[in-house]
Amino acid sequence: MTVTEASTKPALPDGFIAIVKKDCPTCELVVPVLRQLESEGVSLTTYTQDDPAFPAQLASVVDDTDLAVSWHHDIETVPTLLRVEAGTETARTVGWSREQWEAFTAVTGLGAELPEQRPGCGSLSVDPNLTDELTVRFTGSTLRSRRIELAAMEDEMEAAFDRGWSDGLPVVPPTEARVLRMLEGTSRAADDTVAVVPPDLHEVTVEQVAVNAVMAGCKPEYFPVVLAAVEAACSDEFNMHGLLATTYFSGPIVVVNGPIAERIGMNSGGNVFGQGNRANLTIGRALQLVVRNLGGGRPGGVDMALMGTPGKLGMAFAERETDSPFAPLSSDFGFAAGENTVTLYAGQGPTAIADQLSRTPESLVRTFAKALLNECHSKLIIGFDAMLVVGPEHGRIFTEAGWDKARLRAELDPLLIRPSDDLLRGVDGIDEGLPEVFAGNDVPKFRPGGLQIVHAGGDAGLFSAILGGWVGGAKGSTPVARAIDL
Amino acid sequence: MTIVLDPTAGKAAASIETVPRPASLDGLTVGLLDISKARGDKFLDRLEERLSERGATVARYTKPTFAKPAPVDLRHEIASNCDAVIEALAD
Repeated sequence: MTVTEASTKPALPDGFIAIVKKDCPTCELVVPVLRQLESEGVSLTTYTQDDPAFPAQLASVVDDTDLAVSWHHDIETVPTLLRVEAGTETARTVGWSREQWEAFTAVTGLGAELPEQRPGCGSLSVDPNLTDELTVRFTGSTLRSRRIELAAMEDEMEAAFDRGWSDGLPVVPPTEARVLRMLEGTSRAADDTVAVVPPDLHEVTVEQVAVNAVMAGCKPEYFPVVLAAVEAACSDEFNMHGLLATTYFSGPIVVVNGPIAERIGMNSGGNVFGQGNRANLTIGRALQLVVRNLGGGRPGGVDMALMGTPGKLGMAFAERETDSPFAPLSSDFGFAAGENTVTLYAGQGPTAIADQLSRTPESLVRTFAKALLNECHSKLIIGFDAMLVVGPEHGRIFTEAGWDKARLRAELDPLLIRPSDDLLRGVDGIDEGLPEVFAGNDVPKFRPGGLQIVHAGGDAGLFSAILGGWVGGAKGSTPVARAIDL
Repeated sequence: MTIVLDPTAGKAAASIETVPRPASLDGLTVGLLDISKARGDKFLDRLEERLSERGATVARYTKPTFAKPAPVDLRHEIASNCDAVIEALAD
């Protein structure tokens, strides 16, 4: 086989072009017709996909066993007959049909011995077994990343660990074919800039993010979500640098809203923060691998977390929108329901809220308030953000009572106000607390905008959860939402 | 043989050369940056006392929040005004 490395489309000579392969009964069938056309003086060039000697006894047969012509000219069926005028294809017909071939070539009496018509066979250039190889051959040269040749004796899984690319779990080796497939998941150009990734502040491209998304185990259809998540995480307001560097527990959490969540199979239901869903687990992981490999942020380096959280391997989930009592989280950031968005939140894994007896929203909201007041430390206020994740069985109590998110907030807010004198340093025999200057005030647990509310989880269980946050607002991290561009 | 694509940025973060260490602090200006962590000021107050005893002039600076890198302007101001800086993280 000859190999054309060029990624440019090979030019075709003017006249008629036939593309055939020997391993196709219809192509064998039309060989006499091709000879007949040549003898009639028709300008014909025949490209052969599998055997340079096929078809025999034709004047102009061109070897296309590297499939460059077939691939670049989008041949899906053999035989295909093209008409080329002034270097441009002006018409094509596929398979064998006497009527069509006669009309196409303006020669009558073609293949008198042949049946009226026969469907063609699949072109080798679209053979599923060859797709990856051909894509790399003809478009791989557009990839700009440095190629790293792994030695024959090197285990490709171990190679990623040895080079420091892994977060502690095996990664999928980012081969050219896999990266090219990942890039098909987005309409954005491979060399488009996505973000400047902290802490090393490298400007990274769609292709570089794709390499890490491959390693994380993403499917191409997850890739637009990953790109939006990287963009949001690297915004100034989200402050990924600080979140990475903190001794606190939190990491970036990706909340997905809109129909894309269901389309790519994200989990918003049972075990939403647990194992078992590829999209949830790999989207968050891809973001963290970007921070690690492209941003240079690693545990023990800029990541100074005292303990961290298992969610720092990667944490993403979809909001359960279908039967939610609330408008989606994205609507709190100005997006319409039904828009595909990511919202980045600096947080940790879930802390349980159990309330199996409340049947009224008035009772349940008090349970939520009690749990939220304890977040981080019951004597600390305003500094730390939180996300309240309302489970569906709790959510139904709000739906039935007609409480939307605004009503829940309105009822919750006063319950989250504490007299500062109860929180001062030394009160309850605890040194931690508010400085004396706060004495004599009523103070809210959360800063304005510091409590997010979402709906997620399985059908059964009278529980909700808190995803503890981090320092909120301008002093730390502000949740950031971004539209997902497909 | 497998060929994979480099997942890293392929270059290290820019390295910055530090100025030579002064032999003495006499007459020099030493910058102290408070990163806004609780009680960091107490630690820095004590450092200021000790440095002043040694004949150094102390300039105090404060980061708006410990959770973010120091703003560029603040870093520039410290670099312009100080001969030496004590950089430390305390929790």
